[in-house]
Amino acid sequence: MKPARFDYVRAATLAEAHAVLAAEGSDARVIAGGQSLVPMLSMRLARPRVLVDIMRLPELAQIEEADGVIRVGAAVSQSELLDWPQLPARQPLLAAALPWVGHAQTRSRGTVCGSVAHADPSAEIPLVLVALGGGITLSARRRRRAVFADRFFQGAMSTDRRDEELIASASFPAARSGHGYAFREFGRRHGDFAIVACAAVVSRHSTRLAVGGVADRPVARDWGNIAGDALDDALNELAWDLDAREDMHATARFRRDLVRRLGRETIIEARRCLA
Amino acid sequence: MSAASHAWVGRSIERVEDAALVTGRGCYLDDLGLAPGTLHAAILRSPHAHAGIKAIRTAAAAAAPGVAALVTGADVARRTASLAAAVRAPIKSWPIAVDRVRYVGEPVAVAVAADRYLAEDALDLIEVDYELLPPVVDPRAAIDPEAPILHEGLGSNIASERSFRYGDPEAAFAAAAHKIGIDVHYPRNSCTPIETYGVLASYDPQEDAYDILANFQGPFSLHAVIARALKVPGNRLRLRTPPDSGGSFGVKQGVFPYLVLMGVAARMAGRPVKWIEDRLEHLTASVSATNRRIRLEAAVDADGRVRALAWDQIEDVGAHMRAPEPATLYRMHGNLTGAYDIRHVSVRNRVVVTNKTPTGLNRGFGGPQVYYALERLIERIARSLQLDPVEVIRRNLVPADRFPYRTATGGVLDSGNYQQALEQALRDGSLGALQARREKARSEGRLYGIGFAAVVEPSVSNMGYITTVLTPQERHRAGAKNGAQATATIALDPLGSVTAQIASVPQGQGHRTVLAQVVADALGLKPSDIRVVAEMDTGRDAWSIASGNYSSRFAAAVCGAAHLAAGRIKTRLARIAAPQLNVAVEEIEFVAGTARARGNPDNALPFARLAATSHWAPGTQPADLDHAIRETVFWTPGELTAPTDGDEINSSLCHGFIFDICGLEVDRTTGAVRIDRYVTMHDCGRILHPAMVAGQITGGFAQALGAALYEEYAYAPDGSFLAGTFADYLVPTAMEVPVPQILHLETPSPFTPLGAKGVGEGNSMSTPVCIANAVADALDLHDIDLPLTPEKLLAAIGPAEPLPANERQVVAAGVRAPALRGAGEVRVAASPEAVWQALLDADTLASIIPGCHDLEQVSATHFRAEVTLGVGPARGRYRADVRLTDLLPPSSATLTGRAVGGLGSAAGTGHVTLKSDGRGGTILAFNYTGEIAGKAAAIAGRLLDGAARIVIHQFFAALARRVGASPTPKWRRWLGSMRGGFGRRS
Repeated sequence: MKPARFDYVRAATLAEAHAVLAAEGSDARVIAGGQSLVPMLSMRLARPRVLVDIMRLPELAQIEEADGVIRVGAAVSQSELLDWPQLPARQPLLAAALPWVGHAQTRSRGTVCGSVAHADPSAEIPLVLVALGGGITLSARRRRRAVFADRFFQGAMSTDRRDEELIASASFPAARSGHGYAFREFGRRHGDFAIVACAAVVSRHSTRLAVGGVADRPVARDWGNIAGDALDDALNELAWDLDAREDMHATARFRRDLVRRLGRETIIEARRCLA
Repeated sequence: MSAASHAWVGRSIERVEDAALVTGRGCYLDDLGLAPGTLHAAILRSPHAHAGIKAIRTAAAAAAPGVAALVTGADVARRTASLAAAVRAPIKSWPIAVDRVRYVGEPVAVAVAADRYLAEDALDLIEVDYELLPPVVDPRAAIDPEAPILHEGLGSNIASERSFRYGDPEAAFAAAAHKIGIDVHYPRNSCTPIETYGVLASYDPQEDAYDILANFQGPFSLHAVIARALKVPGNRLRLRTPPDSGGSFGVKQGVFPYLVLMGVAARMAGRPVKWIEDRLEHLTASVSATNRRIRLEAAVDADGRVRALAWDQIEDVGAHMRAPEPATLYRMHGNLTGAYDIRHVSVRNRVVVTNKTPTGLNRGFGGPQVYYALERLIERIARSLQLDPVEVIRRNLVPADRFPYRTATGGVLDSGNYQQALEQALRDGSLGALQARREKARSEGRLYGIGFAAVVEPSVSNMGYITTVLTPQERHRAGAKNGAQATATIALDPLGSVTAQIASVPQGQGHRTVLAQVVADALGLKPSDIRVVAEMDTGRDAWSIASGNYSSRFAAAVCGAAHLAAGRIKTRLARIAAPQLNVAVEEIEFVAGTARARGNPDNALPFARLAATSHWAPGTQPADLDHAIRETVFWTPGELTAPTDGDEINSSLCHGFIFDICGLEVDRTTGAVRIDRYVTMHDCGRILHPAMVAGQITGGFAQALGAALYEEYAYAPDGSFLAGTFADYLVPTAMEVPVPQILHLETPSPFTPLGAKGVGEGNSMSTPVCIANAVADALDLHDIDLPLTPEKLLAAIGPAEPLPANERQVVAAGVRAPALRGAGEVRVAASPEAVWQALLDADTLASIIPGCHDLEQVSATHFRAEVTLGVGPARGRYRADVRLTDLLPPSSATLTGRAVGGLGSAAGTGHVTLKSDGRGGTILAFNYTGEIAGKAAAIAGRLLDGAARIVIHQFFAALARRVGASPTPKWRRWLGSMRGGFGRRS
C-alpha cells in the first residue's frame, strides 16, 4: 500500500498551480486535504504524475458572504467552515450536514471543495450544494467560469471540471427568509458513507428534496406544497426514478425504502422550521 | 503468605505496560531496528477465487530498479515441504499459490527490493496468465457431488467427515414429546487487530538455519510445522517475538505461512527480508473465523427439558485446511451441550474447502458458531412451546451439586453454580424493569425485544482435542496427543532482584502486570520489584508446543505455572534462611521484602540479600540444595487427557459460565438496532485483576457486537472479496458500542493453581446470539442470520414495497441485481449501416474506446486492446479482450469482454441494437451486465456501478461523435470482415 512515484508541487501562487495543470493535463491532480486522494494513491487506484498542493494559497483560504452567497475557497477545511460562527444562522442546511462528513479527524484536513471535486455519490457537501442550487467556480490559466451544481456533478467521481482547471470556490446560497431547511442521513455507523442522505428546502409554496447515496450523483426534485398521499406518491416515484445502486451495504430496495421514509421525515422537519 | 489482605492478586493495580503504550513508546515489530542491508518484500495476490496459473512473467520486474529477488510458487515448492495439516491427505499446501490460485488474495509472487515502494513498483510489472475455473463459495454447494473440486487429491471438497454418538440419542428422539430443530448459517468475520502481520526473516547458509522475528502469537506447536516446511531441524529455526503487540485475538496465529514464505525470500535474496502486511492484505487474506452451516435438532419434553441433541455441522475452512484447522470445529467438542445437562448427543461433522481465504484462530474460536445454533434453538424451543425462555434455560442447566460434571461428549466442567449466577443476573440486571420497558415500548407501537444466552466458556485448550478429528484407529497409529504445557521461569540475579520469564506472548492484555502480582505475592515483594520478560525466543527460552497466547490460557495456566515456579524458589530460599534465622524451614515466611521467622518480625533477612546467596556464597547454603538461582516450571494439568476410544474428549481444562440479557429496539424507519441495555454475568473463577477482567469483557463485547450487527467478510458469488477496507468491513466504534453492565460470581477452578479460569472469549460466544434472540423477540422472527443489518430487519418488518405508478422494469425484491448493470441510448447522425461498420472497424474502435493505447484485431469479431480506464483520479491500465457474437447486421450484436489489470479484472456482456430513426440517423440502444473482481471489488465496490456507467457511456458517446462526424463508409473492409466472422460461426 505504497503509492507509485509522483512529483509534488507546492504551488506558491495560483498562477503556478494553473501552469502545472495546463502543462500536465490529466496526469496532474490537485491535492488539498488529501482525505480521499491519499488513500487512492496508496492503493494505486490513482497514479497521477504530479500533485499540485494548493493549501498554501491565501486567496483560496477565504470564507466570504456577499450578495446572499457564501463563497468557500478551495483551501478551506470542513472543520473551518463548521466552526465559522455565522454558519448556523446563514446556512442552517450546511451547518446540519457538515457534522455528517467523515469524522472530526478527517474534517480537520478534508476541504469543502475537495469533497466537491471528488464527487462521491454519497457525499454530503455536493448534496447540499445541489439542494441549495449552489455553484462551483473553476479557474484556469486564462479563464474563470461558474457552473451550477446540478450540471457540475456528472456521475460517480465525475464532474464538469476540465483537466486544466482547478476548483477555486464553492458557492452556497445563504438562507432565505420564508424557507425551512433540514438534513437527515442514514449510514451503518457514525461517520460512514451515507446509504441515503436527504436535504430538504421548503417554503409555503414549494418543496425541494435532494437525495444523495442512491443515484450516481446527488439529485434534487421539486414539488409544490404537497402532503399526505400526494407526498407519499411523489416520494415513491422519486425513489424509483433514482435507479438505486446495489452494494454490499444495501440493496436497491433498502435504498428506495429509505428515500421514502427519510425523505418524508426530512421534508416534515424542514416544514417545522418554517413555523 | 501470612495475610491474604496484603495480597496483590485481586487488585486492579496500574498496568506496567501502559505508560509506554500511551506515550508512543511501545516497541512493535515495525519499530524494531533492522540489520544493515535488510530488504523489503511485497506480495502480488490473486484477483481470482479459482484459476489455473498458465504463466508468470517476472523478467521485467526482476530488472526493475532496486529489485533483489522474485519469488514464485515454483521457487517455494522447490525449497520447502508442503505445510503439515491435522488430517493427512494426498494434497499439497504451500504458503503461496503453486500452479493454481484458490482464493482471492492468495500470494502469487513476492518481490524483494531495496524498499517497499520499489517492491510494489516491481509487482506492477509481473504478468500472470490465469485460466479461470468455476469457484465454490458456499459450504453447502461445496459438498454437491457436481461441484468443482479444489484439491483433486481429496476426491471431493470434503476434507474431513466424522460422525459421533454419545448416550442413546435415537431412543431419546423416539421418546421425546417434541422434536424441535433450527438451521443457521454463521457468517465469516474476524477480530481485525490494529497491527497487521509483520515478519523479519534471515537465513544463515553456514548453519542452514533460519532466524525469524514475527508478531506470531502461538501456539508454538506451529514451530514444528514451520521448521518442517523449511526442511530444517527445530534447532535451526529460531523464532522470536517483539516486545509489544498491537493486538491479535487469535488472528496472529495465521501469520505462520508467511514465516515460511519470507524465510524462502531471505534465502533467495541472500539478505534479511522484512514484510509488513497492509490493511487490504490483512482484510482479504490473513485469516478469519470459520463460516459454518449447522442443522441442530433437540428432543424436548413437554416442559422444555432437552433430552438429546443432534448436530450436523458443515465447517468452511476456506481454500486450504491449514494447521491447526479443523480446530475451530473440534475446540468445542467437549462442550456441545453448552451449560445444559443433556446426556444424549449425535454429531456429524463435515469440513469443507471453498474458494475463500483459509481460516484460523479468532477470539471465541468455535464458540460463536456453536452457541449461535444452541442458544437460538433454546429460544426456538421456548417460542414453540410458549414457555418463558428463562424457564427453559433454568430447567436445563447443569445442577449445582454435580461439579465437576462430565458432559456427554467428554468435557469436564470444573466448577460453577449456574443457577445462582442466573438468578443473580436476573435480580442485579433488573430483568423486571427491562420487561416493563418492553411492555411500555410495545404499547406505543415500538419494536422492543429481550434476548438471553447461557454459555459455558472453555479455556486452556487440550492440545490433544484436535485429534478427535481422527478415528481411534488413526489416533493409535499416530500416537497420543494431550496436555497443555505452560511454562514460567523465575530467576534471581546477583543483586537479589527477581525476573520472571513466560512463554505466553501477550497481545496487549497486560500479562506483565498480572505476573508481577502473582510472583510478588509468592515472594512477599511488591509488583514493582518483579521484572517480567514476555517476548519469546525459541533459541533461548523455555517453551513447549502449548506456548503462546490463545484459548484464554494466561490466567489459568501461565499464571499458575509462574506461581508454582515462584513457590519452588521460595522453598529453596527458606532452606537457606532457616539456619541463619535459627528457626525451622516451616517457620520462615516471606513478607514485605524480608524472609522472617513467623511470629517474630525482628528476626528477619532482607529478601535481596537472601536471594543473592547462591551467586555470592554458595558454600553457605545447605549442601544438598543445589542452587536458588533459577526455576523453570512446566505445568500441564492431568485432566487434559487424550480422546478416549469412544471419542470422549475433555477439550478444555476450565469452564467459565456466562449469562447475558439484552434489551433492544429496532427502528421502524430504518431497521437499525439500538441496544437499550446489556447485562453480562460472568463466573471466571478467581479474578486476578478486576480491571483487566472488565477490559476483557468490554473488549470482547464490542467485537461481538460487531459480529452481531456490522461485520462480515462478504464474498460475491464469483468469490470476489468485498470487504477490503474499514469502510466496508464495519468495525463498531465508540459511537456504536454501549457500556454493558458486568456482574460476577466467583467459583474458583479446582484444576488450576490459582483457581482462575479464562475470561477473554466468553462474550464472543454469548453476545451475538443474545442480540439475535432479542431481535427475534422484537420482530417475532423465526429465522435470522448474522449480521443483523438494517436492510434485513427492515425487509422483515415490512410492509411490501409500493410499486411505481408508471410501468418500468422492477427487479424482484430481495434479489440482488448483478454487480454492474445499466442501459442507455444514443442518437447517431449516421445510418445503422455506418454505425454497424464502425463497431467492427479496428481504427474506429481504437479512436472511441476510452483510454485506448493499442488495439489489435485478432479476427473479424475479436479485438484485443491496451486501455487506461477509470473515473476521476482513479485510473488503471488494462488488457482488454472483446468478442462480438450474435451478429445480425446492421441491427444487433452481443459484445462479450474481459479486462485484466493491476486493479483486478472485469468481465461483462452487452447487447447493442441499432434502429433507423427515419431521418437518416440511428438510435443506438445498449444494455450490459458485468462483474468486477480483485482489488477494485474489495476496496471500491460502492463506486464500481457508477464508474462502469461512465466509461460505457463515454464509449457510446464517442461512437456517436465519431460516426456522426465522418460518414465515409469503408464498405469493402467491412464486407471482408463480416464474411470472416460468419464463416467462423457456421
